[in-house]
Amino acid sequence: MIGWLLRRIGQALLVVLAMTVIVFAGLHAIGNPIDILIGEDLNQQERLEAIAHLGLDKPIVQQYFSFLKNALQGDLGTSFVYNESAIGLILDRMPATLELAFVGMLMAIVLGVPLGLYAGMKPDSPVSKLLVSGSILGFSLPAFWVALMLIMVFSVQLGWMPSSGRGDTRTLFGIEWSFLTLDGLHHLILPAFNLALFKISLVLRLTRAGVREVLPQDFVKFARAKGLSNTRVMCMHVLRNTMIPLVTVLGLELGSTIAYAVVTESIFAWPGAGKLILDSINSLDRPVVVAYLMVVVVIFVTLNLIVDLLYKLLDPRVRLESAQ
Amino acid sequence: MKPRTMSHDSVSSAVPTQAAPVLEVKDLHTQFDTRAGRLPVVNGVGFRLEKGKVLGLVGESGSGKSVTGFSIMGLIDAPGRIASGEVLFQGQDLARMDQRALRSLRGNRMAMIFQDPMATLNPVLRIDVQMLETIRAHSKMGKAEALVHCRQTLARMGIPSPAERLKAYPHQLSGGMRQRVAIAIALLNDPELIIADEPTTALDVTIQAQILSEMQQLVRETGTSMIWISHDLSVVAGLADDIAVMYAGRIVEHGSVDAVLDNPQHPYTQGLIGSLPSANQRQRRLQQISGMAPNLLDLPPGCAFAPRCPRAQPRCAQPPALVPAVDAGVATPHATAQINAAPGTLHTVRCFFPGPAPDLSRSAA
Amino acid sequence: MNQRSTATPVAARPPADPGKVQSIWSQIAHDFLRSKPAIFGLVILLIVVLMALFAPYLTPQNPYDLMQLDVLDSRLEPGSQSMEHGYTYWLGTDGQGRDLYSAIVYGLRISLLVGVGSAAIAAVVGTVVGLIAAYAGGKVDALIMRVVDLLLSFPTILMALMILAYMGKGIGNVILTLVLVEWAYYARTARGQALVETRREYVDAARGQGIAQWRILLGHILPNCLPPLLVIAALQVARAITLEATLSFLGLGVPITEPSLGLLISNGYQYLLSNEYWISFFPGVALLLTIVAINLVGDQLRDVLNPRLQK
Repeated sequence: MIGWLLRRIGQALLVVLAMTVIVFAGLHAIGNPIDILIGEDLNQQERLEAIAHLGLDKPIVQQYFSFLKNALQGDLGTSFVYNESAIGLILDRMPATLELAFVGMLMAIVLGVPLGLYAGMKPDSPVSKLLVSGSILGFSLPAFWVALMLIMVFSVQLGWMPSSGRGDTRTLFGIEWSFLTLDGLHHLILPAFNLALFKISLVLRLTRAGVREVLPQDFVKFARAKGLSNTRVMCMHVLRNTMIPLVTVLGLELGSTIAYAVVTESIFAWPGAGKLILDSINSLDRPVVVAYLMVVVVIFVTLNLIVDLLYKLLDPRVRLESAQ
Repeated sequence: MKPRTMSHDSVSSAVPTQAAPVLEVKDLHTQFDTRAGRLPVVNGVGFRLEKGKVLGLVGESGSGKSVTGFSIMGLIDAPGRIASGEVLFQGQDLARMDQRALRSLRGNRMAMIFQDPMATLNPVLRIDVQMLETIRAHSKMGKAEALVHCRQTLARMGIPSPAERLKAYPHQLSGGMRQRVAIAIALLNDPELIIADEPTTALDVTIQAQILSEMQQLVRETGTSMIWISHDLSVVAGLADDIAVMYAGRIVEHGSVDAVLDNPQHPYTQGLIGSLPSANQRQRRLQQISGMAPNLLDLPPGCAFAPRCPRAQPRCAQPPALVPAVDAGVATPHATAQINAAPGTLHTVRCFFPGPAPDLSRSAA
Repeated sequence: MNQRSTATPVAARPPADPGKVQSIWSQIAHDFLRSKPAIFGLVILLIVVLMALFAPYLTPQNPYDLMQLDVLDSRLEPGSQSMEHGYTYWLGTDGQGRDLYSAIVYGLRISLLVGVGSAAIAAVVGTVVGLIAAYAGGKVDALIMRVVDLLLSFPTILMALMILAYMGKGIGNVILTLVLVEWAYYARTARGQALVETRREYVDAARGQGIAQWRILLGHILPNCLPPLLVIAALQVARAITLEATLSFLGLGVPITEPSLGLLISNGYQYLLSNEYWISFFPGVALLLTIVAINLVGDQLRDVLNPRLQK
């Protein structure tokens, strides 16, 4: 187990390294990195200083290593627009994005799993069929359009929820979170639901498929033959076996949720990292783009690692075999 | 529930029995409603099972033997249902009971063992969890006490180091061991009836023999009644007291094991016995029953076996009833003695032309 | 796997009619048409495709020709009359005075072009790479699959953002982005299917007859890989269209003068709060219908083709 873990971590580090190479190569392939990273409104003296600081006057391989060194120390350049450390900006905004993604994912699970369970247990009921057709709609709808419609209905027409912005925040562990306040939650609902919609359909379908696969298996029948209550059979036996593959998929989907937050954030004017990256792309604030990419890659790789680990821990067949 | 008077089936009570049977199935009909039509999977099955006796239910796949077992346990799901008949378990009609009452009996007073032990046990739960839940579902035993009971039951099944096995997962045990665990689970609450659906089919021949002998011992020790469902006559031969042979949802021959095996009257039973490898002489082709298993949607109007029967006559277009087996002409003192001596199970056969098989040693095939 | 539980007995299935010998395609078509949602999807798709093809003939205005637009006609309600041109703005006009109906039809064109185009190119590229991986085996295969896995574990929108951030906007770049993002799906499926096929007996038989390896690949293995690839292609077109719409919505896709559905929706966003909903609503519905139709067809295609693979 430990051996596998170490190997896996090594793989993850390799991927991050590969990403740094890609990003670095990208910088050089597109144009003059001097222009890309330093920007244009510096005078000659500042330019020379910046070039020396970033090591852009040295051979490429050396540049790469100093890039790497700087990255490890947390220095990925300075934003043109904000004139602050690029990575600082990203890390500042990340909690808002993470908050949105997590709440959205939670919504998806809380709504999707029970519905999927029902649809799997009674596949021929009209409600089930409705749910399945609904789920096709759920992941066909373009997220941005749904966001607009949500705003139109719930904000403009009904006036129940605010159409933009993040609510009040409270500090926990030194970071500001908005789900800890009522106003914050009020602002969270619509954008989180927007993110969740796609995932709800996914979770519903996965749970349903999982239940349909597990339900006819012999051990379920055997559990009933033992005289166990229906609740026990569903929870202990059916759900347990369905959840294991589901958890791994959900873990991976969390990563994609964080990425897709870009769209939601831009529509709801949610001050997260996604909105920042979008603005930065449009304003050619390349250092921020680079910083964002690196942070996201690290998040991703870590997430994948955790998901792999989780799967190993949850499924005893996999866990115990790898130990032998 | 209305008290039910025990009605005596005219066929099976030629000799009055001492105690009420543990299980009495009367004219059971289980149907499956499929898109292609209504399948009469169990088509009028009836038998009695006394305390401490083993009934071997034998037949090909599709004969309805497993579904009979599930019907008794109340585990028939849509699109299947028990259409008619009675399943009297200790006087109560299981066919008319609601699910909750049935659930309190299942795993408790009556238990079932399935064929594939790997599929029977939940692969992601530990053995002790799966055993404990059976106990906890039916009694208020404390966890510690229940664990002790589990350990003892495992030991009784001949499983070494039961305490370690309890902490294991199913995939860590061998096939034979898993099946022993499944049997142990069935025994946990001391049931009066155990229905075993081909429990040794998925196992090695040597393990098969072991488990068979262990089951035999168990039945003798505990006085539990058992229905052993199998397609293999030889497996059942050593263990059962009575044998019922099923074909296309009906019982075609029923009697004590000696009567049926030594003196088979129905051509299908004879075919089954004849096709046993042990029954065949060397360097002759294995005897087989010609033809294929019947299509339940397309059963012939009379005897279902007629298309494959070497003795079929025009009369067989009528559905035959179960009649007592009579040894017309060929009187073996053994067989006659059987019919007179065995209390309870009369040797019956569903055929218009029952009778001993033709001499096999002279057949060319 | 599933053992002898009370599954419906085997004897239940009606015997196959030996008299009819149907070609496999007509059988697939027959099975496909059994699902009402799939028929619905197919019909919608046909309408969309026809409208896109014959756009100039079906619309009163070419929304990309700035000369035909009348800024004074902007943000008119559905059903309003155009003073200058004399036709009715059935679905209203947008912020620049474009007839929304025409803009939608032309926008569908772009969506289909980008979606189908990128899916087709990605399919070819991906299949080739997948087949190469299966054929070469060993380290080459491992390397290619590593890259594929990496790509697939990354969210598409992130990659698209990355690529567009570096390369700039424009329809060509969007198609390129989509291809780069999608080819991995095809590669993985093609390789998987090819590996399954190479183990089949007919390949050994063909090799035994001395047929060249590449011939076997193209002539035998490739046709058998097509069904799952077809399913993926169908669903990928929907994803590509959605992605293009999203990118355009975010301002990273098509140019402003030739708006696709995504950009139309984006343009209409600002008017949403003043209750001029139609500018975003109708293009959204058109997009939605197209995507749903494709998904319905793709879903049914997958259900129909999959059992055949298990034979």
